[in-house]
Amino acid sequence: MDNVNALLGGFAAVITPMNLLIALLGVTVGTAVGVLPGIGPAMTVALLLPVTYGLPVEQSLILFGGIFYGGMYGGSTTSILLNTPGESASVVTALEGNKMAKAGRAAQALATSAIGSFVAGTIATAAIVFVMPQVVDFAITLGSPEFLAIILVAFVGTAAILGSSRVRGFAALLVGLALGLVGTDFVTGQQRLTFGSPFLADNIDVVVVAVGIFAVGEALWVAAHLRRKAATVIPVGRPWMSKEDWGRSWKPWLRGTALGFPFGAIPAGGAEIPTFLSYLTERKLTKHPEEFGKGAIEGVAGPEAANNASAAGTMVPLLALGLPTNATAAIIIAAFMSYGIEPGPLLLTKEPDLVWMLVASLFIGNFFLLVLNLPLAPTWAKLLRIPRPYLYAGILFFASMGAYAVNAQPFDLFLLLALGGLGFAMRRFGLPVLPLIVGTILGPLFERHMRRSLQTTGGDISGLVGGPVAWVCYAFVLAVLLWPLVARLIGRGRGGSDDDTPGDDSPPSPGVEYDRVATWEGVGS
Amino acid sequence: MSTEATTAPEGTSPSGAGPLGRVRDRAQLGLCAALAVVGVVVLVDAASLGRVTSSNDPIGPRAMPFVVGGLLLLVSVLYALDVLRGGVGEAEAGEDVELGQRADWKTVGILAGAFALNALLIEPLGWVISGALLFFLSAFALGNRHHVRGLAIGIAMSLVTFYAFAIGLGVNLPAGILQGIL
Repeated sequence: MDNVNALLGGFAAVITPMNLLIALLGVTVGTAVGVLPGIGPAMTVALLLPVTYGLPVEQSLILFGGIFYGGMYGGSTTSILLNTPGESASVVTALEGNKMAKAGRAAQALATSAIGSFVAGTIATAAIVFVMPQVVDFAITLGSPEFLAIILVAFVGTAAILGSSRVRGFAALLVGLALGLVGTDFVTGQQRLTFGSPFLADNIDVVVVAVGIFAVGEALWVAAHLRRKAATVIPVGRPWMSKEDWGRSWKPWLRGTALGFPFGAIPAGGAEIPTFLSYLTERKLTKHPEEFGKGAIEGVAGPEAANNASAAGTMVPLLALGLPTNATAAIIIAAFMSYGIEPGPLLLTKEPDLVWMLVASLFIGNFFLLVLNLPLAPTWAKLLRIPRPYLYAGILFFASMGAYAVNAQPFDLFLLLALGGLGFAMRRFGLPVLPLIVGTILGPLFERHMRRSLQTTGGDISGLVGGPVAWVCYAFVLAVLLWPLVARLIGRGRGGSDDDTPGDDSPPSPGVEYDRVATWEGVGS
Repeated sequence: MSTEATTAPEGTSPSGAGPLGRVRDRAQLGLCAALAVVGVVVLVDAASLGRVTSSNDPIGPRAMPFVVGGLLLLVSVLYALDVLRGGVGEAEAGEDVELGQRADWKTVGILAGAFALNALLIEPLGWVISGALLFFLSAFALGNRHHVRGLAIGIAMSLVTFYAFAIGLGVNLPAGILQGIL
């Protein structure tokens, strides 16, 4: 039971009055910022990252644990009380959650979401304690060729599986890889894509990329399409649940957790698929099928638990392999790097105290969240009415403050504006942003492993092949890349006349999701 | 991005006439061209690098940019084919986003201007002044008409962030001309 002892050590480090205060602060700020419309968990963490610069690394990680879960929970409050989810993982919550709120059951929707998040978060964080060290034990036996293959899986997974249009996902990934190339080559010291600028020679800071794409890009995009009439906010009292609501919620919470965690923990999972699967499962298993589509509590409890469990699951590849699998995790990696901590399989060996402290603070943040959110829900709901000009002006304000604070260079602010323009274009053309961030972060790592693998064979291409783990990864990558061809051949074989129109695949929007749920149903039955 | 980007993403061109009849939202082709240009820039830059290889580093710094640049060109072609076959990327929705109307370029322009102004003024004038100005101008661009309130909130926010982060936590924020006063 080394893990448990180590975890207890982590708890001992976290439980000091000052650290608990910081955890509480992280949860409060994370929830408050996450509730704000237009700000999802990733942007919450990106905007709050600079706040942590002045803190010692331990305390900033505690703050992060709080912000991470706080931002997640804040996002689901928004999608329940306003029917316009800010991000794909909350789309499913909005399906039933907003219907419940409209039917006067906002308090119950928020309660099942808060308690479900707590249950899922606690179970999933406990799962991290047992799974993560196993993955580390496995990962330290892997060499560069294997890592190369695993990173390739992460690339292909985020670009081709998570989004809905593969070519758009790959376009975003490659732009991210190109951004990752900018700077001084780490082996030879040659300058790549710096165009003679001394500011670019120092590589583009990942924080600047994340803040530019998430915060500035989003603010500019919203500014161009600002809804002149504010969306209606459904008023809410203190969340509570009747005995019947509890009875209908606890099984979906557990099922949602079981679905969410594994998807979060694999390098190409994400929260979108498990939340859908959870929704479909609950719709199949419910004793109240007539309520689905009109506000069924199971349809909030399950997906909300799945969403949180998947978020906790992303901590496994994050801490064990240094692989970010969602946008929030990508920014946490950036935070690690800004402290000079190199994420990867050696993290647990090199910095065991830090890792266990982060895990302990996830437990504590999750607990504070429950304590805080049940009584404070009406206050959070008021935040939804903040005047939009102040909200988006505030985002730009904090974004520029954060980006400047990274290197104290006005140049970074111009870079931020340019990246904001890129983020705007990506939203305009429906390019997913996650592959870009993943490409920027993992691109340099990919190159390092590629060069290291070839070093052992003196440049012979066989150095890339590696062992069985790499073969499995390459097989997966090939399967994903070739899948459309195979699917078309099968379709022809059956005499199906599906005209493969690429236009049919569009990113999630509430309307589309209903269709997709319907299609999935059809496949299942 | 070209001005064509102002058109609403869905149903821009009626299907039928012309070789580009199936193309919806032609501005997408501009994006494909931009991707191809980025690909070419990456390739040209890679070609200009010296061939520095050694036994420790058999492939050198040129390999990765060549791969990325080449794949960018490939993807720009595949993307263009997708667009020509009627593919369209759906613009991102959100809590405060109302799609289906023309993009408001004036607001975006003022915001970008305010942002650039902040970048120019942050070192000479200091964060307190440039940040307050950024907030005030951005709120104005987004439709705030309570000018005094907007300015007051801006000044309050920049003062609070300066004292909390620069002085309290040691984050890098310049005092500028107010050095010694704050």
